[in-house]
Amino acid sequence: MQTLNFEFPADRPAAGRTHVGVVGSGDLEILMTPGDGAARVRVRTSVDGFDIVWRTVLERFFARHPVAGSFELNDFGATPGVVTLRLRQAIEGSTG
Amino acid sequence: MTLTESWAAMLSRTSFIELDARERAGALLDDGTARELCGPFDRIESPWLEPQGVVPQSDDGVVVVKGRLGGQPAVVVGIEQAFQGGGIGEVPGVKIATALSLAAQDNREGTPTAAVLLLETGGVRLQEANLGLATVAEVCAAVLELRALQPVVGVVAGALGCFGGMTIAAGLCTKLIMTEEGRLGLNGPEVIESEAGVAEFDASDHALVWSIDGGRQRVRTGLADALVLDDVSALRSAVIDAVRGGVPDEHRSQRLRELRACLESVDPGRVVEASEVAGGWAKAVPRKGGAG
Repeated sequence: MQTLNFEFPADRPAAGRTHVGVVGSGDLEILMTPGDGAARVRVRTSVDGFDIVWRTVLERFFARHPVAGSFELNDFGATPGVVTLRLRQAIEGSTG
Repeated sequence: MTLTESWAAMLSRTSFIELDARERAGALLDDGTARELCGPFDRIESPWLEPQGVVPQSDDGVVVVKGRLGGQPAVVVGIEQAFQGGGIGEVPGVKIATALSLAAQDNREGTPTAAVLLLETGGVRLQEANLGLATVAEVCAAVLELRALQPVVGVVAGALGCFGGMTIAAGLCTKLIMTEEGRLGLNGPEVIESEAGVAEFDASDHALVWSIDGGRQRVRTGLADALVLDDVSALRSAVIDAVRGGVPDEHRSQRLRELRACLESVDPGRVVEASEVAGGWAKAVPRKGGAG
């Protein structure tokens, strides 16, 4: 297991806190709490050694959807596609 | 209603099994009454998993939802099967036991509150073995406390099933509802196979596993009460019926003489086919009014 912390510039306000997903095989759980100034992301993942992949996936996501707040990701081996899908679910309603 | 007769119901159903624990709890309760207690943002996660290199979940795999069932106050406790195989550790056990105890307290204070347990679990979480065992005892004590006042309804819908220590809690429930897909057994098939060998029990033989642990067999042999189609509205009506049935004079777990007669009717000297069990037990204990 590995814990990673990231911060990305973000200015779009979030509509409210959200919870999506489950810490099950190939999936992840996200807790999103609205905040100011940046997207602060903490990732706890069951798979070690994918720091660069996480940075790339998250950087790309927050470049497209700069929603400010804290994002707690509890990951159980989700692929980048699933991570992006869950993040989109977490900010649903915040992007309009 | 057999499954061949109910093909139309099969086609028009909304699957309960495909829902996660939170959605299951919400689907059972009356529309607009569900309110989650001790939810993900309370962050009461297991303190024992991270030090052992296991990613925790914010609700530690147990969802507690208060609401109404057919108008009556009720609490639904759902175990999330996708997280750690629905394993019961310290936090899950305490959440379940506390929810049941608080319901019992509400009853004593004049608000009749029933409970529903959605049991999808492999049993005690191995990373928290001793604490897990201790909390299963607390859960059982809390079921006993509440079932004297209001029904505690167990649901084993599947796909995981209910195994290990939590089957004791299932056995203590006022009523136990299963689907064809659900399984119930103290030792899971893989555990029996690894302990006693593949000749004793072949866990890869699904027909064999379901012929013993499956919902249909468990209802036939009187160890569960109702076999229901995997459908949200069918399960909801079955749960509401079970709650309206009230507290029985004697629970299944108190009918020791009957259970002993069932066991004594089995000859351990020969292999008993799963299909013979229901008939043999029915002879050993003539049913009064059809518990199955």
